[in-house]
Amino acid sequence: METLPLLDVHDLTVEFATRRGVVRAVEHVDLSVRRGEILGIVGESGSGKSVTSYAVMRILDRAGRIAEGSVTFSGMDLRDLPESDMRDLRGREISMVFQNPRAALNPIRKIGRQIEDVLLRHGQCTRADARAKAIAMLDRVRIARPEERYDAYPFELSGGMCQRVVIALALACRPRLLIADEPTTGLDVTTQKAVMDLIVELTRESRMSAILITHDLGLAAAYCDSVMVMEKGRVVEAAPAATIFSAPTHPYTKRLLRATPRPGATLRDLVMDPPPETVPAAIPKTGRLLDVRGLVKTYGAVNAVDGIDLHIDRGESVGLVGESGCGKSTTSMMIMRLLDPSDGSIHFDGQEIAAIPARAFPRHPLRKRIQMVFQDPTDSLNPRFTAERAIADPILRMADRMGRDALRARCEDLAGLVGLPTHLLDRFPHQLSGGQKARVGIARAIALNPDLVILDEPTAALDVSVQAVVLNLLEELKISLGMSYLFVSHDLHVVRLLCDRVIVMRAGRIVEQGTAQQVLEAPTADYTRELLAAVPHPPA
Amino acid sequence: MKALRPIGRRMATALPSVVGVIIVTFLLTRVLPGDTAAYFAGPAATPTAIAEIKARLGLDQSLPVQFIRYVGDLVRGDFGSSLTTGQPVLSDITARLPASAELVLVALVLAVSIAVPLGIIAALKERSFIDHACRVVATAGVSLPVFFTGLLLVYVFYYILGWSPSPLGRLDVFATTPPTITGFYLIDTLLTGDLEGFHGTVAQLALPAATLAIFALAPIARMTRGSMLAVLESDFVRTARAAGLPPTTVVLTYAFRNAVLPVITTLGMVFSFLLGASVLVEKVFAWPGIGSYAVEALIASDYAPVQGFVLVMAVLYLLLNLCIDILYGLIDPRVRIDA
Repeated sequence: METLPLLDVHDLTVEFATRRGVVRAVEHVDLSVRRGEILGIVGESGSGKSVTSYAVMRILDRAGRIAEGSVTFSGMDLRDLPESDMRDLRGREISMVFQNPRAALNPIRKIGRQIEDVLLRHGQCTRADARAKAIAMLDRVRIARPEERYDAYPFELSGGMCQRVVIALALACRPRLLIADEPTTGLDVTTQKAVMDLIVELTRESRMSAILITHDLGLAAAYCDSVMVMEKGRVVEAAPAATIFSAPTHPYTKRLLRATPRPGATLRDLVMDPPPETVPAAIPKTGRLLDVRGLVKTYGAVNAVDGIDLHIDRGESVGLVGESGCGKSTTSMMIMRLLDPSDGSIHFDGQEIAAIPARAFPRHPLRKRIQMVFQDPTDSLNPRFTAERAIADPILRMADRMGRDALRARCEDLAGLVGLPTHLLDRFPHQLSGGQKARVGIARAIALNPDLVILDEPTAALDVSVQAVVLNLLEELKISLGMSYLFVSHDLHVVRLLCDRVIVMRAGRIVEQGTAQQVLEAPTADYTRELLAAVPHPPA
Repeated sequence: MKALRPIGRRMATALPSVVGVIIVTFLLTRVLPGDTAAYFAGPAATPTAIAEIKARLGLDQSLPVQFIRYVGDLVRGDFGSSLTTGQPVLSDITARLPASAELVLVALVLAVSIAVPLGIIAALKERSFIDHACRVVATAGVSLPVFFTGLLLVYVFYYILGWSPSPLGRLDVFATTPPTITGFYLIDTLLTGDLEGFHGTVAQLALPAATLAIFALAPIARMTRGSMLAVLESDFVRTARAAGLPPTTVVLTYAFRNAVLPVITTLGMVFSFLLGASVLVEKVFAWPGIGSYAVEALIASDYAPVQGFVLVMAVLYLLLNLCIDILYGLIDPRVRIDA
């Protein structure tokens, strides 16, 4: 009996009816999960990993349908099961945890009530003991003061806390299979560790099976028994977690592994054929570019940034690392002069700029020497601007007037610099891929030859293979144009790749700073050690 | 008590709007062309007679003096008298406002009880027959002018089928007016146990209310559909489905409660719009409402009723918005925090 898999998917093909005809999102996928096994499904966006799980749950949206194949759960054919039976199964036998936990909860219903809904639906409690059982469930996912939190709404809880509630919802009826779809994307690294540890512990404790869907090979390898790699709707490789790291067989898996930032790897290790060494800018610039002293930002009684000192030299890149709410974004916004500091000084190239009001700074001559690349490559581009118009925007606003042909030529130069094919310049953002949009954002930032570029998690929304390419591009540009970077990120491994020095922030203060090697290999602060320990470690 | 504090604060913010409305209505009626005194004195009046009337009405004073007097009167609850009906404006309005309010409210309830389910079904079965049918009904309802719909209904249900009583006012000509308790005949007849009167009121109300309801259907149904579509796509509806919750819970408890917020906003707009726009319907059905009263006064350059009308409408509108804000807070806990 034990040898029979709990879930067996055979030759699964899922089709979506779109305006341009039928699209096959998943093709001929085979997978099986044994009792007590944790399977990882790894792939980049568009690999069909989520669609596969939706097909198992039969919660594909209206345009999607299972075209071929079978899904057998514990001997039952799920494909032919009537919808009402399927509803009995969902939440009781198979449960799901989703990404973006805050959005996955009903925003206007108390979290306790949402858990009760599930318990009542599957006959796991009566009206009389629903509240007690919901509170017990909150306690089980380690939510402190569960009686109080029963009455909380999702917006009153942190992202990590919301994910615990979603897990409580999923595990409330003690299902036999848990499907976790990118459960930690968007969460801080320490929260990610806590959430993943919780999922795995609860799964093991009740001898459940689980499927972990993720884009992070490291995460999958650290927490799963076996791993399946998907690309463009197909399974390219399936192997035990240990072997997939030590001996990947498929070229795609190798490429994915290579692109994942990891200890010991350099930027150039991430890509298959590294670009030739970049020639440094003709005149190497030296000296202090940015000097920040005693910077404070107060919101009400809270000091979001609590008196920090930092400096950036010319041609240097500095990483600013910390978890959400640590004040790193507030700091970068103040340096960018989008936000007025409450106290402290910001010297840029010897000039005090902290006193210039944020409102007036856009017209200040120094403005064009500081530029920014934003986190979300899609949201940070005007959807009605073509790539060329987006790149030309800072030139039109802040440079001397130039003719139409000269402007076009400049945009083509910039596109060449960031590796964007010039025929894409006339496209709108929605016609570009994520990596291409990131290139447009970078081209826009370097259009005026700035001295300082603030990079706010520029690769957080990108797939790892695209991230590897974009990071290499940023490094090349820095060397060839002699710029300085302030790289804001929560990902220590990415920061290490690109930065000379690293600053670690927590609760508005700097807890540690030093060279990248120093901070990552011999951290002095407990908090830095904690951050480093939370990064998933694949089996050696 | 604690829960009431934000409501009190919200009401306080409405006060400046009331002051603004008082000033604007006062100025607006003074700026309007037409000389009240001349109109009132009649075409054959001598200039001295007109001047005499002007002095009696206080129109010979300077604007600030007139304004102070106007505000003083308002504080005492004196809205002035209508020159055409000879009655105090306040009593005219209190007599007529319930008629309009009853008509509009019944129309709104009718529209909501049809449009909301229609919108929900249309969203659940997007691009199906019922979705297209919903679109056609809504478009037709909003494109036909109310006076046309009204006349059409009268033609069909009164003239051809004879199902409906003659479309003249709130009650049958021979029926006795129910004692005024709330001014809403539907409620008053029920309170006094006058079932016959209730039936008569319903019969009179049916056609004008239907006319307005048909007009109000479109925005409510379209907004319900659009807002439901967006919510049905959202992550938490997917979570609810993945937890095996039954469709009724998913659609009503999870989706609709979230989708209802923009619908409520629309309702507020539709309500205030109907209150003003019911003039044509009131004309067609000889409804003794506030809209027709104001239009007649306006044509006669009769200041006081127009001022009173605008003021009452503005206050109603403010109260309505207040109710919507409170309702919002009750439904959406996120709004409560900001209040």
